[in-house]
Amino acid sequence: MPTPTTRTRAPRRGSPPAPARRLLRRLLIGVLVLLLVSLLLFLVTQALPGDVARIVLGKDATADQVADLRQRLGLDQPLVAQYWNWLSGMLTGQMGTSLENGEPVADVVGPRIFNSFALGFGSMVLIIPIAVVVGVATAHRRDSALDKAFVAVSSLFTALPAFVVGMLLIALFATSVLDVLPGVSTIPPGDLPWWYPAELVLPITTLTLMGVMYLGRLVRASFIDAMNSEYVQMAVLKGLSGRRVLFRHALPNALAAGLPAAGLVAAVTITGVVVVEYVYSYPGLGTAVVSAVNSHDLPVMQAGILVLATAYYAFNLLADVLAVVGRNR
Amino acid sequence: MTGVPVAVDPVVADPVGGGPREAARGGLPVLGRAVRTGQARFGLALLAAVGLLVVVGPFVAPHAPDAIVGRPLAGPGGEFPLGTDILGRDVLSRLLHGGVHLTWMAVLAAALGVLLGCVVGLTAAYRGGVVDAVLMRAMDVLLSFPEIVFVLLFVSVLGRGTLLTSVLVGVAFTPGVSRVVRGAALPVIGSEHVLWARANGLPAGRVLLREVLPGVISPLMVEAGMRLVWAVSAIASLSYLGFGIAPPGADWGLMVGENQDGLAIAPLPVLAPVALILMVALGGNLVAESVARSVGRTEGRV
Repeated sequence: MPTPTTRTRAPRRGSPPAPARRLLRRLLIGVLVLLLVSLLLFLVTQALPGDVARIVLGKDATADQVADLRQRLGLDQPLVAQYWNWLSGMLTGQMGTSLENGEPVADVVGPRIFNSFALGFGSMVLIIPIAVVVGVATAHRRDSALDKAFVAVSSLFTALPAFVVGMLLIALFATSVLDVLPGVSTIPPGDLPWWYPAELVLPITTLTLMGVMYLGRLVRASFIDAMNSEYVQMAVLKGLSGRRVLFRHALPNALAAGLPAAGLVAAVTITGVVVVEYVYSYPGLGTAVVSAVNSHDLPVMQAGILVLATAYYAFNLLADVLAVVGRNR
Repeated sequence: MTGVPVAVDPVVADPVGGGPREAARGGLPVLGRAVRTGQARFGLALLAAVGLLVVVGPFVAPHAPDAIVGRPLAGPGGEFPLGTDILGRDVLSRLLHGGVHLTWMAVLAAALGVLLGCVVGLTAAYRGGVVDAVLMRAMDVLLSFPEIVFVLLFVSVLGRGTLLTSVLVGVAFTPGVSRVVRGAALPVIGSEHVLWARANGLPAGRVLLREVLPGVISPLMVEAGMRLVWAVSAIASLSYLGFGIAPPGADWGLMVGENQDGLAIAPLPVLAPVALILMVALGGNLVAESVARSVGRTEGRV
């Protein structure tokens, strides 16, 4: 096994770089991109032309108040020092205090991250198996009524805003039509989300519906591709039973191709979480960011957005990496 | 024409269609083929119906959109065909006024996203090397923010405004579009007639506009169609969250947000705008999908 140094010194033309090296390269670029993300976030919120302290406090604030806030946010320091303090604070959990209620940002954002994670994870656990079953079933009976209905409904869902789906579910299950579920998912601070299973049903259903429509469609496409591949056609020609071809040949291929899509769906779910939380007043990161934006609570907003963006990027990166791994199989 | 002896456009050279060049053919023929399908016609009819409502609505609305004319959450009937909202305003009048902002904001956002995406994608593909790497990494950075979060980030500091929101959605769309354009432009830029044009010292802008852009027009049309649909979704969502038009004004997304608390008592103030947004999404999606299909994109890839 050649050492990494000899490899970098002699880039071989023609042959692709080793998968491990490509993965490492991609991860390093990923870290670099995340650093740039944090820099952009910092520059926008803290160094935009105009006095941030003045924007936060409004027009009526006295000069003393503005000066005080400038000092609390560290705006009087050089920009590089500000960024360094802010980033190291973010990484070590010393994120400053909320301007809204003076609580440490970590205490405000921490439980919210947990709640959002519970919502997203709960949805993904449902999305992946359901999408695989739906995708394979519709691809297997291609052009049947079921398949056509799924294709039509799923393409509508990719165009629908999440709040429209949420609102229809509330109207169906939480009002006079079928008053069986709570339409508001407030969970008292300090309590764990799964102590309130009824409150979780509608938000998770909304995210699951949207995720299944998206991922199911991708699984269907990759399963159709797999069934058309030479490898599977060969198995059919050899006279293997339909069931055997389906489970031993087509399915593993389709799953390998569909796996990166699961990463994408996780990323899409993170976007959905923001709106869906707001629809059901669920105390997660999304609602925290929305209310922080409304109240100009800069430190909470910075931390919330950084976490959302990092998670979103990480899942996109995961999808990329899975795609590379899948291609090398 | 400027006397540039462009080799026969390979796109026109294959008028019969089929084969790999099918996808490269773009412009009006594709659009014409797309709208002839029943699916697209139904979509266009839906869009036309909503469009008519948006355009004519403000002139035929019985009340001012922000006038309090009755008791809150009154049921439909009599003076108020769709009832009143949570503040006692006429739901029908607000509905008739409420599509204007969504329409221009979504169109502006999608147009800006496609335009910026074209500029970035074509530049990256044409220049290659360091320019390509820097531009595409910058796009990666933008792509790391979920669209809505990206808009919130700027709105928090710059204040809210309809123009700002649509520009931000457009910027948030740029990386996605630029990736598609770059991917489609690379083979065109490597083709003989573009190499020939470059070797003869034609200015980059002209090569890109005259030689490269026509070659990527098909994927670009697909992208533009989908972006318009997504822009409606994003703008409506932002309006619902309260980051679109300011409260006394009427907007479908905002109406849903305002009246959500009254949903159990009066469903219409929420469900009427929801139905209209649904019609736009369905209609737009049907049209965009048939454009995509006539261009020859495989199914299932959104």
